[in-house]
Amino acid sequence: MTKLTLSRGLNEGLRRALENDPKVLIMGEDVGKLGGVFRVTDGLQKDFGEARVVDTPLAESGIVGTAIGLALRGYRPVCEIQFDGFVFPAVDQIVSQLAKMRYRSRGQVSLPVVIRIPCGGGIGAVEHHSESPEVLFAHTAGLRVVACSDAADAFTMIQQSVDCDDPVIFFEPKRRYWDKAEVDTAPGVAGALPFDRARITLEGTDVTLLCYGPLVRTCLESAAAAREDGRSIEVVDLRSLSPLDMDTITASVRKTGRCVVAHEAPVFAGLGAEIAARVTERCFYHLEAPVLRVGGFATPYPPSRIEEHYLPDLDRILDAIDRTFGY
Amino acid sequence: MTVESGAATTVVPALDQPAPDTPDQAGDFVQLLTPEGERIDHPDYPLDLSADDIRNMYRDLVLVRTIDTVAISLQRQGELGIWASLLGQEAAQIGSGRALSPADMVFPTYREHGVAWCRGIDPVKLLELYRGVSHGGWAPEEHKFHLYTIVIGAQTLHATGYAMGIQRDGADEAVIAYFGDGATSQGDVNEAFIWASVFNAPIVFFCQNNQWAISEPLEKQSRIPLYQRARGFGFPGLRVDGNDVLACYAVTQKALQAAREGQGPTLIEAFTYRMGAHTTTDDPTRYRLASELEMWKLKDPIERVRAYLVRGGLAEPEFLAAVDAEAKQVGARIREACRTMPDPPPLALFDHVYAEPTAILREEREQYAAYLDSFEGEAGR
Repeated sequence: MTKLTLSRGLNEGLRRALENDPKVLIMGEDVGKLGGVFRVTDGLQKDFGEARVVDTPLAESGIVGTAIGLALRGYRPVCEIQFDGFVFPAVDQIVSQLAKMRYRSRGQVSLPVVIRIPCGGGIGAVEHHSESPEVLFAHTAGLRVVACSDAADAFTMIQQSVDCDDPVIFFEPKRRYWDKAEVDTAPGVAGALPFDRARITLEGTDVTLLCYGPLVRTCLESAAAAREDGRSIEVVDLRSLSPLDMDTITASVRKTGRCVVAHEAPVFAGLGAEIAARVTERCFYHLEAPVLRVGGFATPYPPSRIEEHYLPDLDRILDAIDRTFGY
Repeated sequence: MTVESGAATTVVPALDQPAPDTPDQAGDFVQLLTPEGERIDHPDYPLDLSADDIRNMYRDLVLVRTIDTVAISLQRQGELGIWASLLGQEAAQIGSGRALSPADMVFPTYREHGVAWCRGIDPVKLLELYRGVSHGGWAPEEHKFHLYTIVIGAQTLHATGYAMGIQRDGADEAVIAYFGDGATSQGDVNEAFIWASVFNAPIVFFCQNNQWAISEPLEKQSRIPLYQRARGFGFPGLRVDGNDVLACYAVTQKALQAAREGQGPTLIEAFTYRMGAHTTTDDPTRYRLASELEMWKLKDPIERVRAYLVRGGLAEPEFLAAVDAEAKQVGARIREACRTMPDPPPLALFDHVYAEPTAILREEREQYAAYLDSFEGEAGR
């Protein structure tokens, strides 16, 4: 076991992927000498060369579009989109091209492309640097959408994503890049939890708290605070946002009878809405309260000096937990 | 020209050419066979085709026009949902398509029926798509012909990425990306030019300038001739008579060879004309003059080859008759194949979304199958 930051966990995972398969490429803006603006690809171009760690022109549609072409040729590109808000110029290539190629070719064409996107707020950034666009991609059939929340998952999930024959949108919680965790860097990810499965990060009996990415840490802190009030919270890190691991979610909610979903993205038409509907269908007779959601408001992302009011924090999550006991 | 901007006056330099060439004045282009069927030589493009090769190209031209005509009829009869006609663009497609080596990879739009023919794709597969039976059922790698792309220009980036893969493989292959005049306004096409240029990718950008992007004439897309765009991206561009199958063959072959030899991309603007509607849903009488079409009929891509073959004694009447007879046969075959083409079974709509179906997909499929089965005595699935 080694103590690594989340950013370093990704770096080590990508290094492992590059070592294991000569067809793996990394491409994006500033991923070479600079090592990416968050240093996730630090040192990789030096060790694997410019043909495999490719500094691209500054155009996101071009990054994803050429990655599709490379994948058609048998390569496994990992694209970096520098910030969440910059993925939108690439949406046609992701939604209309990448996601649909297997389907429209009747299974004859696989596009094993990973698109890494630093996501979420909380770092005091200017606008377009704090978005949570995951549900746009979860709504697109043909894509897998995952989010890591700590260094250990970052290390294994990025390797599992590269190994996957489906396109994967890989969200990285940018305000947690510097959080450290113990990582087992032993070779191979065969024994690891599959990346389309949720993980029960903290077992509990009274409320199921569903979260992913940057809010997993916040939810664990909320659970610790609730424990002081005598409430036992089960924290489930969804990890895979599409497909959803409904078996794990359903089992947990049937046990606790209460469910809160937290995400940074706006509550309206967010992932929490889909989860609430599915939990209601599957756990109707087990529920003590409606499924409640905590998330961003139905506004654009605010200026950073007031982002703390937009982002779900420990107290807002505790407030939702309290409300599930009011029914 | 001066532009008033607040207190300051900005002088905008006049362009060398204020507007792109209109369809009746193509300007300089590479031409090896005149509309009258006369062979002319070009110093940069010696032709390595035998009489037999040219006869085969004539056959290609006639057959793809037949396929196109039959497809339009099938749409009118309700057998196809829509059809995008290649009428008038046969020479651009057959000339460039026959210039390809077997290992070269093609990235088409949705109108490259002639190139598909050159790559050995059964025209019935094209009808499948326009009938709504599939999104394009052929095996792209087997034919080295990617699926049709409908979002304008998106395939040029796929083509460029594929070419970057060829570079990494060190293979003696090239890529050709097809697109139209309208597509040159797309960001993706411009990004593909940039990528291909800075990475020196082995790719030929083959633009069929058919003068019309549905109802918008070329002047809505560009103030300079399209081939001149290449210079700004740092690679060569040239214009060819897009209705001259021999010239299209020669310029494409040379550009592909340059790409394979590591000389990077070339932009070819094939100056041609969309003689039909954009698709069968379009009505060109609303936006263009009949006289324009009449003028282009005089430059027909097939007639000039026929005139050349006949006048030079290179084709006997029996050969021409045999081609016409084959065209009738091909037409009858695809007409019949289209009319008897079965719909896919309903549950096929759940196939091939992911490498393995997800739990949610499996659940939806099972529920829908049960729902269909609930209709007793009906065909169901």
